[in-house]
Amino acid sequence: MPTNAPGNIQPSEITPRAVYLQRRRFLQVAALSAAAGWLPLSAEAGVKLTTTGKSPLSTSEPPTPLKEITHYNNFYEFGVDKFSPAQRAGSLITHPWNVAVEGEIRRPNVYSIETLMKLAPLEDRIYRLRCVEGWSMVIPWVGFPLNALIRQVEPTGNAKFVEFTTLYDPEQMPGQRSPVLSWPYVEALRLDEAMHPLTLLAVGLYGEVLPNQNGAPLRLVTPWKYGFKSIKSIVNIRFVEHRPTTTWMKASSREYGFYANVNLHIDHPRWSQAKERRIGEFFKRDTLLFNGYAEQVASLYRGMDLKKHF
Amino acid sequence: MLGWVKAVVFFLSLAPLARLGWLGVHGGLGANPIEFITHSLGTWTLVFLLLTLAITPLRRWLHVPALVRLRRMLGLYAFFYAALHFVPYLWLDQFFDWAAIAKDVVKRPFITAGFAALLLLAPLAATSTTGMIRRLGAKRWQRLHYLIYPAAIVAVLHYLWLVKQDLTQPLFYAAALAILLGYRVAGHFRRRWRSADT
Ligand code: HEM
Repeated sequence: MPTNAPGNIQPSEITPRAVYLQRRRFLQVAALSAAAGWLPLSAEAGVKLTTTGKSPLSTSEPPTPLKEITHYNNFYEFGVDKFSPAQRAGSLITHPWNVAVEGEIRRPNVYSIETLMKLAPLEDRIYRLRCVEGWSMVIPWVGFPLNALIRQVEPTGNAKFVEFTTLYDPEQMPGQRSPVLSWPYVEALRLDEAMHPLTLLAVGLYGEVLPNQNGAPLRLVTPWKYGFKSIKSIVNIRFVEHRPTTTWMKASSREYGFYANVNLHIDHPRWSQAKERRIGEFFKRDTLLFNGYAEQVASLYRGMDLKKHF
Repeated sequence: MLGWVKAVVFFLSLAPLARLGWLGVHGGLGANPIEFITHSLGTWTLVFLLLTLAITPLRRWLHVPALVRLRRMLGLYAFFYAALHFVPYLWLDQFFDWAAIAKDVVKRPFITAGFAALLLLAPLAATSTTGMIRRLGAKRWQRLHYLIYPAAIVAVLHYLWLVKQDLTQPLFYAAALAILLGYRVAGHFRRRWRSADT
């Protein structure tokens, strides 16, 4: 029967009213649940995410407003100033998105972003973020611990470091046309740092899917390290035996070390790290050792000369 | 006529400050307004220094010797913006802690250079009045005001040393300064050559 024949027959005319209303309710509920993230069909920025609630690892400090977090970004793939990423990151296509997990592991795999978002329960984690440039924010991330993924892929005895790589595509990331850094952006952690419960793979911000300028659709967050360690828009996670050379080490190994732990006692050669300006505050505040996470992470570096391994 | 031009340049030179005020009132200074203001004032200090240095070549190229009458005002604006640029550092970063500032000046090359630029400009601003020219004598006054050359050089170094990675902007200013200083060096040799000829 040609139901789409001219004449504009409304479904209400051929379906009993009670059934029709019920059906309409079902559709409304389905749409609402999709929007609320119960059916995470899409990884588009702004889509609500369902989480298990605020993680006890969260700070109780007031979060920096969303406007500031999304309009003051260091993301050189979209330009070197803080304002460009918000203006230009729209060209990044985050869907579909695949992340290759490979190297010294028993179960290498290519994960779609949708699979990764269901790999472990998503948590709200409110973390401090301290940039090497001397400013800081408090950011309510949504994500899951990196160790959930690491356990699933079963590292071999040779896996000593985890290396992360950002997408390389100058069409989508026009900043990569400039040789200001060596592309693609590479960061890395020691395996025990990567396994640490604080180390997060973030997929959201303020309860919603990450905006592009904040590193959508998948970024690392290591809150006790300077912000540049928290690599954005990851497409590759590789387990390796030898310590990788990261992008900022390549740019200037004298200024940026492998560990990049927040340390008020070790100045950047060109500026002091003793204080920071919390975005939204007027005066500078004192920087805390390991960005205030010393209790949780100091044991990772026991016996190491932090001045040498900066 | 020149009075008019001077008045226009005077008010135009206040535009960068007015812009910051306007942006401040309308929430346009971004997430880190103090950084925005510091960077803007620093950039305009450098622009006014270079404009001051551009007067001499411009009056020759344009055949408008009277342009020299704008030079003192532009130089004073350079100092005005440098002093304003120093305020957030002095007040918000260091909170008038002179011991900490002294340590910072010694320790961080870009602060050393910025501070040196400000100190070099201060006596020029202080002696900018006609009375001071008369008191010092034109010759000595002019010799003192050659300090603008090292001031501009350390100001550009200040910029080169503070940038994190992308040197495009500071190199642009360095190139502009090189042209303006090169013009004077060339002039110096041309004059010597000519006087040797005769
Ligand atoms: C003639 C004197 C000076 C000039 C021409 C100058 C110029 C500049 C310029 C062009 C910038 C960078 C703007 C940008 O990145 O867009 C800057 C930044 C800065 N200047 Fe100056 N400056 C001068 C003196 C000083 C002094 C005396 C101090 C303090 C002791 C100072 C402290 C700073 C600071 C803290 C920054 C920001 C650095 C950052 O955000 O990383 N400057 N200046």
